[in-house]
This record gives sequence, C-alpha cells and structure tokens, in this order.
Amino acid sequence: MTELIDFISNNIQMIYIVVLMIFVGVEIIGHVPAVLHTPLMSGANAIHGVVIIGAILVLLGVNPDNYLGQSLGFVAVLLGTLNVVGGFVVTDRMLEMFKKKK
Amino acid sequence: MKYIFSLEFIYLVASITYILGLKMLGKPGTARKGNLIAAAGMTLAIFGTIFLYQGKVPTYIYVLIGTAIVIGSIIGWMIAKKVAMTKMPELVSLFNGMGGASAALIGLIEFEHYTGKMLSTTTIVAGIIIGSVSFSGSMIAWAKLNGTLKNPIRLPKYNLINNLVIIGLIVFAGFMTWSGTSSQVYLYLLFFAALAYGIMLVIPIGGADMPVVISLLNSFTGLAAALGGFLYGNMVMLTGGILVGSAGTILTFAMCDAMNRSLVSVIFGSFGQGSSEGSDGLTSETMTGSIKKTTVSDVAILMNYSQRIIIVPGYGLAVAQAQHAIHELEQLLVSKGIDVKYAIHPVAGRMPGHMNVLLAETNVDYDKLAEMEDVNPEFKNTDVVFVVGANDVVNPAAHTNPSSPIFGMPILEVENAKNIIVNKRSMNPGYAGIENELFYNQRTSMLFGDAKAVIQSLIAELKGM
Repeated sequence: MTELIDFISNNIQMIYIVVLMIFVGVEIIGHVPAVLHTPLMSGANAIHGVVIIGAILVLLGVNPDNYLGQSLGFVAVLLGTLNVVGGFVVTDRMLEMFKKKK
Repeated sequence: MKYIFSLEFIYLVASITYILGLKMLGKPGTARKGNLIAAAGMTLAIFGTIFLYQGKVPTYIYVLIGTAIVIGSIIGWMIAKKVAMTKMPELVSLFNGMGGASAALIGLIEFEHYTGKMLSTTTIVAGIIIGSVSFSGSMIAWAKLNGTLKNPIRLPKYNLINNLVIIGLIVFAGFMTWSGTSSQVYLYLLFFAALAYGIMLVIPIGGADMPVVISLLNSFTGLAAALGGFLYGNMVMLTGGILVGSAGTILTFAMCDAMNRSLVSVIFGSFGQGSSEGSDGLTSETMTGSIKKTTVSDVAILMNYSQRIIIVPGYGLAVAQAQHAIHELEQLLVSKGIDVKYAIHPVAGRMPGHMNVLLAETNVDYDKLAEMEDVNPEFKNTDVVFVVGANDVVNPAAHTNPSSPIFGMPILEVENAKNIIVNKRSMNPGYAGIENELFYNQRTSMLFGDAKAVIQSLIAELKGM
C-alpha cells in the first residue's frame, strides 16, 4: 500500500497526463463522421508507432555483451518503423483520395 | 535558449502534433494535413531520441538502429504504396500487429533490468501481455480479412477456456511481479502464453466483426506504448499511447454502434450462434418465395427512363474491381439528365468509411456520396435502386425479423424504392451468412453476374440508346 502511495506521489505528473490525455482522446473522436473512421483508425494506428521510441531507448541502453537484447532490440526498432512509416503512408494514401473535385 | 533543443521540448512539440493531427483527421478538409503533421512530429521525436541521447553508446549500436530504421522504412513504404485499396483494412491490422510486437519485445529485454522493482515489473509484464495479444490477434485478423483463414474456429466452450486463460495469465503475471523473480523461463512462458491468448481471442470471431476487433487491438497497442512511456518516464510515448488508447476505444464503440452490436457480443460471439441456430428455421420458411431475374438490356431501358437512381455499392463491387466502371455508369446517367447518388452504409466494405475511400479513389464527386441517415427518406421517391455487391446492409430482416442476428442494425431502406435491381454473382448469402428477403421482394429483380462485366455491358447498352 505504501508503495502504491509512493508511486502515485512520485509520478504525479505522469498520472495527470494519463488522465488528461484520456479525455482529450475521447473529445477528439466524439464527433467524427463515419466516412472518416477508417483513415482515423489508420492514423491513430500510426501514432501508436511511438513505441519505436522505447525500442530505440532499449538499443541505446543495452549492454554491449547482451547479444540477445541487441537482436531483439533491432527487431523491435524494425517493427516499430514498419508501424510508423507504413501507418502514415497508408493513411496519406487513403486521404489523398478525399480531395474535392473542382 | 538551450531548452529549445532539449529532448523534453521536442517531445512536447511531438505530443502536440499528435493531438492536433488526430483532431484534424476528424474533418474531411483537414484530414490529410493532420496526418502529415503527426508524421512530422513522429519523425522529430525519433531523431531527437537518437541524437540527443545522454550517455555513451558504441557506434555500432547507432549503425544497428539506423539499419533497422532504413529497412523498416523501405519495407513499410513499399507495402503501404503497393497494396490495393480494397486490402486497406488488413494492412492496418498488419501494421498494428508490428507495433504490438515491438512493445512486447521491449518488455522482454527490459525485464531483467528491473528485477525486484515491483511497479516497474508490473508495467513490463502488462506491456508484454498487451503487446503480445495485440500482435498475435492482429495477425489472425489480418489472415481472416485476406481470406487465408475463412471460417471462425470455435473450440467447444471457447469462452470459458479463453476466460480461464486470461485469468491464468493475469495470476501468473501477478505472481511474477510479487515474487520479484528474475527467471527468463517464466518471462518467455508469459510471452508465449499471451501470444496464444491473442490467437484464441480472435480466432472464434467472424470476419464481419473484424473491423471492431482491429480497432480494439489498435487501442491495445496504444496502451502498450503508454506502459513503455511509464516505464521510462518518457512523455511522448505516454501521450501518444494514451491518446490512441482512449481515441481507439471510443472509435471501437462508434463502430459497434454503426453495426448495432455490443462489444461484448463481438468478443464473446453471440453472433455466429444466433445466426446458425436461432434464425435458420425461420428464414428457410420465409425464404421460399421466388426470385425474379432480369437482363442487362431490361435494366438499361429502366435506367434510361428513370429520373432518380441511387447506387448502393458493397464490398462485392470492390472485389470485382468495378469502382471505375460504376463511376463511368454514373457519369453516363448524369449526362442523360438523371439524378444519380451513391448511398453509403457506414459499414459498407470491410470497415466504416472503407467504401468512401474506394469510391474517392476513382474520383467520384464527394457530394454524390450520401450517408445513410440522409438518404433513407429519399428511397421512396427513387425510381431505381441499383445494389451492387451489397447484401447485409440492405437486408430488411434487420427491421422485420427479431430472430435475425442483424436485427436492429441500421440499414439502407432500399425496399421502399419503386424498382430494386440487385447485382450479385450468385444467390450465396452475404458476409454475415444470412439470407436476404429483399431478393424475394415483388419489386426486386436480380441481375446475376460479375459486377464489372455487368456494369460494362450496362454502359454499352445505355450508350446505344
């Protein structure tokens, strides 16, 4: 119990962010026309590719003699990049078609 | 001034671009720009993380990171550019799975560095479970959508088994955290068990519900990324992850709403059972009427003398690659002074909004795409409704048959139109596997054949008139 309270007081900033971001996310999606659900999902999909930052941090901090860690980290960065690049490019391709005809 | 170049500041900017980007993605006019803004923020965050890292790092690690990013970018770019628009949903699922796997791998590596720290370990094991489930679940969703895995596979009592597995997983993860173990065997056991659970979770769910599943797994991956952010105290992972987690959850509910399904019934699969046992007896009784077949030239004449035509495109249209043909038909009809519109069901295609994307690809005027609520009152003043490759979204059973599994789902009320032409390849039931009484309607004529071939011969006939 004390550990939990310590955790909350030590990480109060992050907890604030979590709470506020939940509301921001809800607000943003609230009034979106169904037409844009697919691109929106795809865009959100690209944004959670931010996990790549974690993968990069792992590789930057990994022990030089931890070969398993390095290989897994390499794969993690690779997969994260796929998520980010693929996600944004696909979303852009979808939205490219929404141009209004003159 | 120095602060401008600090990593914290870059992360702040990136977080703002995510919020702004998602917000702009919600409006047709700004959507594309929004996506690019978020992408720019992401690029900034990635390069900031690499180049502003405090600490000594051997050069070869940088080479490793660079190689991974270059390879990932090339492959990701190529897949995203090459894949046909009809394959979009499974692609989103695939990329989502990659993110989940990445999150799980981070947890696998970091586990040993946080032995004995209970809350960090909790974050790590939670990240591994959620990331792995998201990965293996997305792969199954991907295989289902591209047709590799056709039928839902259901073990007897699969709900019970699945629930036991997830409870077992959580208990085991709790034990790992509480005992402060450093065992790699336990760690990988947890990892593989979570992967197995992801498969078991998605495999019984029918293909029609896959968009909801993907959206749900999408928010899972967001959550996994956020857990990583918590572990490292990394603000950009935290904001991005939570944002997607929360937005994705709302989006999941919005999709369920559009299909009039509850999330619980999607996950715990009342769908398949309802349709195979509940309604079969009823449908076979009511579906004994006869269907009326028609020919291309009859339809062409009918259309030629109509004033208002509404086209209802479905996934069948996309499968036949007939988007361009239908656009040509529409332009031809318009040039004859006929009022033509497309009625788009929210879940037409394989995902909400999927059909809009497909039609927009062929340069169909955005104003010609009418949403369900707007177009439904118009059907009774419409001379011809041309249903191409759509089935469940025009099934009146959703209104009339309480035992139908799609009962209550909002549909396009095409049965009110003066003439209904349905183009299908055969009498096979639609994606949901339910009979459609619309086909037996007095005013319905069936025009069998491949959508593209049929539309092209329609165009040829109409041109000759």
